[in-house]
Amino acid sequence: MKTVQAESSDQAAKLPVARRQAAMAVLAACEAAAIDARLGDLGALPAFTMLREPEQGLVMLRGRVGGDGAAFNLGEATVSRAALRLASGEVGFGYTLGRDRTKARLIALCDALLQSAGHAAAIETQVIAPLRAELEARRLEKARQTAATKVDFYTLVRGEG
Amino acid sequence: MYVAVKGGERAIDNAHRLLADTRRGDRAVPELTLDQISEQLALGVDRVMSEGSLYDRELAALAIKQARGDLIEAIFLVRAFRATLPRFGASEPVDTGAMAIQRRISSTFKDIPGGQILGPTFDYTHRLLDPQLAGSCDPAEPASAEASDAPTPRVTDILRQDGLIEDSPVAADDAPVGDLTREPLNFPADRDLRLQNLARADEGFLLALGYSTQRGYGRNHPFAGEIRFGEVDVYFEAEDAGFAVPLGSIALTECQMVNQFKGSATEAPRFTRGYGLAFGQSERKAMSMALVDRALRASELGEDVKAPAQDEEFVMSHSDNVQATGFVEHLKLPHYVDFQSELGLLRKLRADFEQAAPQMQEAAE
Amino acid sequence: MSITELAAGFADPVLASQSVFRTIMDAMARPGSIQRIAAASGTPSPLMRGSAALALALFDHDTPIWLDKTMAEAGEVARWLKFHTGAPLTSDPSAASFALIGAADALPSLDSFALGTAEYPDRSTTLIIQVAGLGAGEAFRLQGPGIKGETQFQASLQTADLFDRLAVNATLFPRGIDVVLVDDDRIVAIPRTTRLVEGD
Repeated sequence: MKTVQAESSDQAAKLPVARRQAAMAVLAACEAAAIDARLGDLGALPAFTMLREPEQGLVMLRGRVGGDGAAFNLGEATVSRAALRLASGEVGFGYTLGRDRTKARLIALCDALLQSAGHAAAIETQVIAPLRAELEARRLEKARQTAATKVDFYTLVRGEG
Repeated sequence: MYVAVKGGERAIDNAHRLLADTRRGDRAVPELTLDQISEQLALGVDRVMSEGSLYDRELAALAIKQARGDLIEAIFLVRAFRATLPRFGASEPVDTGAMAIQRRISSTFKDIPGGQILGPTFDYTHRLLDPQLAGSCDPAEPASAEASDAPTPRVTDILRQDGLIEDSPVAADDAPVGDLTREPLNFPADRDLRLQNLARADEGFLLALGYSTQRGYGRNHPFAGEIRFGEVDVYFEAEDAGFAVPLGSIALTECQMVNQFKGSATEAPRFTRGYGLAFGQSERKAMSMALVDRALRASELGEDVKAPAQDEEFVMSHSDNVQATGFVEHLKLPHYVDFQSELGLLRKLRADFEQAAPQMQEAAE
Repeated sequence: MSITELAAGFADPVLASQSVFRTIMDAMARPGSIQRIAAASGTPSPLMRGSAALALALFDHDTPIWLDKTMAEAGEVARWLKFHTGAPLTSDPSAASFALIGAADALPSLDSFALGTAEYPDRSTTLIIQVAGLGAGEAFRLQGPGIKGETQFQASLQTADLFDRLAVNATLFPRGIDVVLVDDDRIVAIPRTTRLVEGD
């Protein structure tokens, strides 16, 4: 379902899109403060310039007729986005549901750093991985609570078998 | 006709001040926070997001606070806000089959793959007011069980494998998708526009229409094939990035109605379907939507169109509570000139009547 | 070209867009008058400052854009528009909300653009035509709403028969084509209600 198009940016071609998407998915699910704290632990970060100042807008959310058919417009969601370029040239994009522009900028920064050979490992291990673990723990707790409400049917045996 | 009437400014300003004070209420009572509304009045927030047609919990909570709990006023506020933002584009269609399930039930099959999962529901409560909630309460931790990775296919997928239910209509990935917020409605409207209209529609209106089909006004013999609630991931094909970026996840309720079967000389009979999808945990809305979606397919399925719920123009033109409240409430606006002319006409008619009356009496005698 | 070399948009999108909107509104309200666009942005070749500012202020996801051959050729304008405005590009001029014309001497027939409908006359294509000289060259006398009596403006129009072609607006009304002429940072609007004064 997820279409992946050819990269427009030269540096980006080096890093598989799937890895960037996976990192973005984790970041989009986190609070800006949590991302900021993890980035803060990395020490000095390279300078960057904004290509697109963080901005708020809307994305029309689509569903499918019957869940699996033709698309229809369900309703909109607020979305924030940003784009920036590191001094070394890597371009990062940040998109997230909601109106938190700082978060969009932080995601763009992580996306750019992830493409930079000097920072990719630190971003993966010290930012994305711990945030992913936190999300996973929360997801699991919710899944366990949900599982406890699953119905176990049993049949009452009547009469003699 | 309306005329500009001057002189009310001070009264209006003071009315707004009074409103702000009344909204705050007794200062001895702690003020509501948006988090409190979002967490503890979550279903009201879900409704405002659905009918406000904007997924943003915090804004919906703010709207509810500002509207003093008047949900239609809150929906109006959210609709007005969305008009101030530019649209970046449309998401990829969400995959409800891949939903992280928090509730999932079927009334058609007891044993469905993945099981019946009740989740946080009012069902099976006794609907007795709970005096404990009047004070502060600290409920027990939720029970916990082994989380299952078993897939939870849609019930309609299971029926479809045996050819027992119709397929969903399909369209090419790049086919245009109707958008009633951009193009005015024309009738007859396609299913995409109908579903968009119903997704924004007033829950009470849809509930009444859905109920009317059950009572015989456009009966369509429904079974709740499946109702599921949970989180789905949203992807957006970002022009600048050049690939589908994840935006995060949203909570949705989906209802698949399995309805009256249909066949012909050339086609084996199979079940038909109605579909409902709404933001948040909005079960009543999704179910009513599915009933009305199916009712609106009457002419497509060769059924007589004679009940209100089957009348596309009637349903779609009156489903939007912001439009409806706008037109009903506009009656509060000054109609002084209109009314003066009515009054003038009435006086003239009465004068004519009184002049004619004695003659009529004479004629009668 | 990668995104790293992309020309900039407005430094302050909100204030700049408001200022450009005011300018184009004044230009439309006073047909034939020369208005100057103050907001600055990057200008991907061959886009002029005025056309770039109009694009940033007026184009968005809901306005399909048609580019003539000159504008489309290098691909730079298309990429810049996509990034900064999100507007979709269309190869069908009759589906376009705006058309960017770089070669005014090769302006396609007006009826290839959207002319609006009787119910929605606003659903027509607005032509943004870059010209080599506003304020100098041939003199044109104009009349119509927004003009007291008549007004004169000078331009060297590469579309020599532009006003002959725009005469069709008189028969189409309320449908029709609105035109904005751009020369560097100066613009002149010729809305669909403006007519050329015939004779002397």
